[in-house]
Amino acid sequence: MMSSAEPAIAVTGLRVVRGAREVLHGLSFEVPKGQITGLLGPSGCGKTTLIRSIVGVQVVAGGEVTVLGRPAGSAELRRLIGYSTQNPAIYRDLSVMENLRYFAAVLGAPKTDPARVLREVGLEGHADQLGGTLSGGQLSRASLAVSLLGSPQLLVLDEPTVGLDPVLRKELWELFGGLAERGVTILVSSHVMDEAARCQRLIMLREGDILADDSPEGLRARTDTADLEQAFLRLIEERQPA
Amino acid sequence: MITLATARRILAQLRNDHRTVALMVLVPSLIMILLYYVIDNEPVFAQWAPALLSIFPFLVMFLVTSIATLRERTSGTLERLMASPLRQLDLLLGYGLAFGAAAVLQVALALTVSLTWLGLDLRGDLWALVLVALLNSLLGTALGLFCSAFARSEFQAVQFMPLVMVPQLLLGGIIVPRDQMATVLEWISNVLPMSYALEAMKLAVMSGDLGSDFWRDIAVVAGSVLLALVLGAATLKRRTP
Repeated sequence: MMSSAEPAIAVTGLRVVRGAREVLHGLSFEVPKGQITGLLGPSGCGKTTLIRSIVGVQVVAGGEVTVLGRPAGSAELRRLIGYSTQNPAIYRDLSVMENLRYFAAVLGAPKTDPARVLREVGLEGHADQLGGTLSGGQLSRASLAVSLLGSPQLLVLDEPTVGLDPVLRKELWELFGGLAERGVTILVSSHVMDEAARCQRLIMLREGDILADDSPEGLRARTDTADLEQAFLRLIEERQPA
Repeated sequence: MITLATARRILAQLRNDHRTVALMVLVPSLIMILLYYVIDNEPVFAQWAPALLSIFPFLVMFLVTSIATLRERTSGTLERLMASPLRQLDLLLGYGLAFGAAAVLQVALALTVSLTWLGLDLRGDLWALVLVALLNSLLGTALGLFCSAFARSEFQAVQFMPLVMVPQLLLGGIIVPRDQMATVLEWISNVLPMSYALEAMKLAVMSGDLGSDFWRDIAVVAGSVLLALVLGAATLKRRTP
């Protein structure tokens, strides 16, 4: 589903300074509506900082971030964005269901939502299990479930598939695909290149700069490579002065 | 609405942690019993009891809140909440309500034990004592939340307890009457909320004199709770570096 009108996210000249270091050096890009956009790059390249800036929880040094037509961090956006942090943000001393019921109440989501999102991430069998007793993969799925509450228009997911087995990863990507077909915009970060192929658009980040912003096919064609790992390396080589 | 959901969530977290609940509810009563047998003199015990009854709710709620909110800060749940429609005050009042309820339970047991088994003679009204204990627990909750913003780890958070607690106890008039302290110390004592909480508790338990002094003390402690809540809210930033 291509939506031409206004983008879901528009970033211009975004600069973020953390401590004495500039982490993002004036990024500009757009994320189209109703698509899965992958945010790729090695760990430490600024993915999480960029995601936090879009969600509106990051102190920003300069530039503009517009999300669904409003400045990032606006009060109206807080119900429209589903956000999943890199570390599973789940209360370890509550059961999965208790976690979901609480966050559903905070968002004002329907009473049926906790059961729905539990099904969507395949955790039905663990509803009454305490967060602290879940495995790493189950924890990150529980955290993902929270971000699906209230049917947000934009999903911002920071490395949601870390530590999952290939079957589960495939299922989650099918879930993302289904959501995108219903018009939900998804921005998902990953450092695993093979996941990039499942995105409709890729933004490659390295050391706080955008290396590429293209479709997977476009990237492969431009760098004349078969896989995206190679494409990434080729782009880095191009950047370096010979 | 969100405030109540938050209070329910915090109580559910407590419910899932039986040992913490047991420690919270039982320890104050056990210490009252220990103190009774150590002093072994009912009139002297009656002088110490009100101080302990006002210290426990503050102490325990300060500790529990500072650790609980530090966990929210480090586990990412606070970031998730700050990206949600929840307002800072929802979280603060949620903690206040939940731990206030826990404090009532704690004081109720310690008081029952003191009034029956330990033969404590309550001259004043029961509600006055519960009011002071409740305000103390809210003060502990609000200050715990505020202090957790300055701790990077649970090790540091625990160290704030003696820092906040010991000066207030030394200067609060239970060891040396406040008007017998050096002038400078008395001034400091005048701005510490615990001085007023201890005095109010003494008035409520020992003399039954709920006159203007009692209400002035209550007003000061309530004002301190509000101030601490505002300070606590100021540490909950939507955007962090």
